[in-house]
Amino acid sequence: MFKNVFGIHERSLLLSGERVGVLASNIANADTPHYKARDIDFQSVLAGEQSTPGALPMARTDTAHLAAGPGGELPTLAELKYRIPFQPSLDGNTVEAPVEQAKFAENQVRYQASLMMINRRISSIENALSGQ
Amino acid sequence: MSLFKVFDVSGSAMTAQSVRLNVTASNLANADSVASTPDAAYRARHPVFAAQLQELTANPDLDAAGVGVQMKGVVQSAAEPVKRFHPEHPLADAQGFVYGSNVNPVEELTNMISASRSFQSSVEVMTSARDLLLQTSSMGR
Repeated sequence: MFKNVFGIHERSLLLSGERVGVLASNIANADTPHYKARDIDFQSVLAGEQSTPGALPMARTDTAHLAAGPGGELPTLAELKYRIPFQPSLDGNTVEAPVEQAKFAENQVRYQASLMMINRRISSIENALSGQ
Repeated sequence: MSLFKVFDVSGSAMTAQSVRLNVTASNLANADSVASTPDAAYRARHPVFAAQLQELTANPDLDAAGVGVQMKGVVQSAAEPVKRFHPEHPLADAQGFVYGSNVNPVEELTNMISASRSFQSSVEVMTSARDLLLQTSSMGR
């Protein structure tokens, strides 16, 4: 019954948490020559999640087992996309501070929204259990 | 949990920017220093930043987040020191010349503004990450 109790929000929270780190790296390297801004493609990861609704994670009882596909792992460094800059700088850096700050703010709202949904779910389950 | 790594990443950026601010302060302080020979004249110093990518490119399966800033070192400007004719100066050479620093004050001031803005951004990022973590730790209450 409690297998998939938080639905998409659980995965969304993990993904937004991961994205905070990626965007923080971009902002930290705003002055680093040749640094290329990167980002997680939220839409495509979300689409991958929704194509397998309620997919159960595959049990890995041996270290030699392969990881499950969609709905399994978070994106790794190799799967990150590069941001296309409006105006790249001469030193090869593609970080645009206002763009990154906007994305960071947006991602923060996403994170808080997922957190709120999970909190509401917890309190509704608590309500149901207390039987009032 | 990658949210904790944000503190490392932003912390490395703040360290790098404060080194940059330090170097700028040193350059501005010595903008009017003079010397008897061109070799002894003060030369503007500039920090070199690089992304901490070495261990990540070696292992692309690592977590996506967490590329900090690395200080590669400090380089000295190759511009010629300014030669001035001041025969009455105690440091003047036999021909009456003193050699001033090659610091460009306008460049240093823009560096200072840029460093302080980048530092502020990193502080904001760290504050936001802290807020998110605190909210997460009180989940379900």
